[in-house]
Amino acid sequence: MSTTRQLRGGTRWALSLNAFLVYLFFYAPIALLVFYSFSDDPLVGRWGGFTLGWYRDFGENQEVQNALSVSVKVAIISTLVSVVLGTMAALALERYRFRGNRFFDALLYLPVIVPDVTMAVMMLLFFTEGLSLVNTVFGTNLAKGLATVSLSHIAFSISFVSIVVRARLNGMNEKLEEAAQDLYASRWQAFRHVTLPQIMPGVVGGGLLALTLSLDDVVITQFVSGPGATTLPVYVFGLIRRGVSPLINAVSVVMLAASILLVVLSLVAQRARGESAA
Amino acid sequence: MTAVVDKPTEQARSATPEFEAANERQKRRRGFLLALPAYAYLVLFFFIPLGIVVAYSFATRTRNGSTSLSGWNLEAYRKLGEPIVSDILVRSLLLAVITTVICLIVAYPFSYFLATRSPAVRNLMLVFVMIPFWSNFLVRNYAWRVLLGNDGPASQLTQAVGMGETNILFTQTAVVLGLVYGFLPFMILPMYAAIERMDWSLIEASRDLGASGFQTFRNVALPLSMPGVIAGSILVFIPSLGAYVTPEILGGGKTTLLGSYIVVQFLTARNWPVGASVSTVLMLVMLLAALAYFRAGGRTL
Repeated sequence: MSTTRQLRGGTRWALSLNAFLVYLFFYAPIALLVFYSFSDDPLVGRWGGFTLGWYRDFGENQEVQNALSVSVKVAIISTLVSVVLGTMAALALERYRFRGNRFFDALLYLPVIVPDVTMAVMMLLFFTEGLSLVNTVFGTNLAKGLATVSLSHIAFSISFVSIVVRARLNGMNEKLEEAAQDLYASRWQAFRHVTLPQIMPGVVGGGLLALTLSLDDVVITQFVSGPGATTLPVYVFGLIRRGVSPLINAVSVVMLAASILLVVLSLVAQRARGESAA
Repeated sequence: MTAVVDKPTEQARSATPEFEAANERQKRRRGFLLALPAYAYLVLFFFIPLGIVVAYSFATRTRNGSTSLSGWNLEAYRKLGEPIVSDILVRSLLLAVITTVICLIVAYPFSYFLATRSPAVRNLMLVFVMIPFWSNFLVRNYAWRVLLGNDGPASQLTQAVGMGETNILFTQTAVVLGLVYGFLPFMILPMYAAIERMDWSLIEASRDLGASGFQTFRNVALPLSMPGVIAGSILVFIPSLGAYVTPEILGGGKTTLLGSYIVVQFLTARNWPVGASVSTVLMLVMLLAALAYFRAGGRTL
């Protein structure tokens, strides 16, 4: 029996207005940012005729391009590693019980809970102390850079990937894996042909989430990136602190477009999840 | 969970307790090996760093700004009680509470409205909440910087309607605005989930029995949706308290909050023990909040 979810009179009107204002609040700043990124006026937030000049600057600015390539490299490395490790962790926790699994479970949640400033501090101290220790012991000359940034991004991405994959595993029928093994599939075959296709939307969703988080991160990256490993958000954050400029508008719009594309892709992945579950 | 029998030929032996035990042991080992890479990674690159921060919070700052780990003490924690630090603590708490309350007031009616829409409309509306939720955080803060800037769109608008210039950039108001903008989806999503799954026949019954809209909200809907209210509040409060990017961009460094204070201790003031002690306290607060969140039945991120 279904119950009606009706709003009465004035309430309905007030709630509609509130919803309209919430969406206006969400989208007006973004829309204005996009609008002014096409404005031919050196002052941001003033309309001076249409131009694509700021986007041309974006393409020609060597520092921006370097930062962009660092961001993309870090995002790809950290996503690949965290997807593999996170999926394995999710399988272990959902399908097996082992020594220390409760501690592991808690440890896996911590990077989600700890604020990014604290995590940034943790990674800074760890890499400062760790690298100086390694350098004295082995006589090497290692410094912070692309590797430390990637290692830090993996450290927080594993948790997010494993949470998404676990949610998927949770609603999955275990009997199918058992049936595959009963029918002489090896453990690997059962995983490859039965389990993996079923959890794929979760794995893809988790991967897109890891990609988004890596491309978005400013605080942690700022602490662990050496001089040569400035990512795009860290570079932009530095620019913003010195003041606004139309170039930042253009860079921002590109970053925004990339992240919106990723959200849409992950929503599509989730839709696939919903359909195959039904 | 039922024990999986690997091969039919082994089926005969599976009845014996020895086989069951061996099978169980093997399963445990397999689970452990599967978890091992991520486990080892998180111990090395998360748990040990965490331990180092806690250890540093008991260390001493030497005259030249380096940190000495010999002779552990509580000096850095004592510093938290000094007016400079405790002012920042109180201000951060206050702004985080104000942000949470504003999000509550805006998100509740919004989520309620969402839950009363048809499923198709509802999903579409949710997608448009998700998009800002996952969009680049830095860029979204920067958008407000442009919007509120000198002679920017907000100022042009208020001048056009005769309210004078908008001068809220680099104030606490701008910081709260930015935090609400950043974290409102964190409130809407769990709240909507709670309102959506409450028993709506109770709302109907309440109205049919003559309760006013407000009475129904106060005595029926609100208690039923309380888990969502609590979960959402915690999800907004936690990141607001530790916020760093928003106050830096919209507060302009004039309003120092906890996040900025920690960063300054590490990057410019070179007082690592104090930075570490503030981080440790912040982390403890987050852990307690997270425990409360899970107790409230929260599961969604």
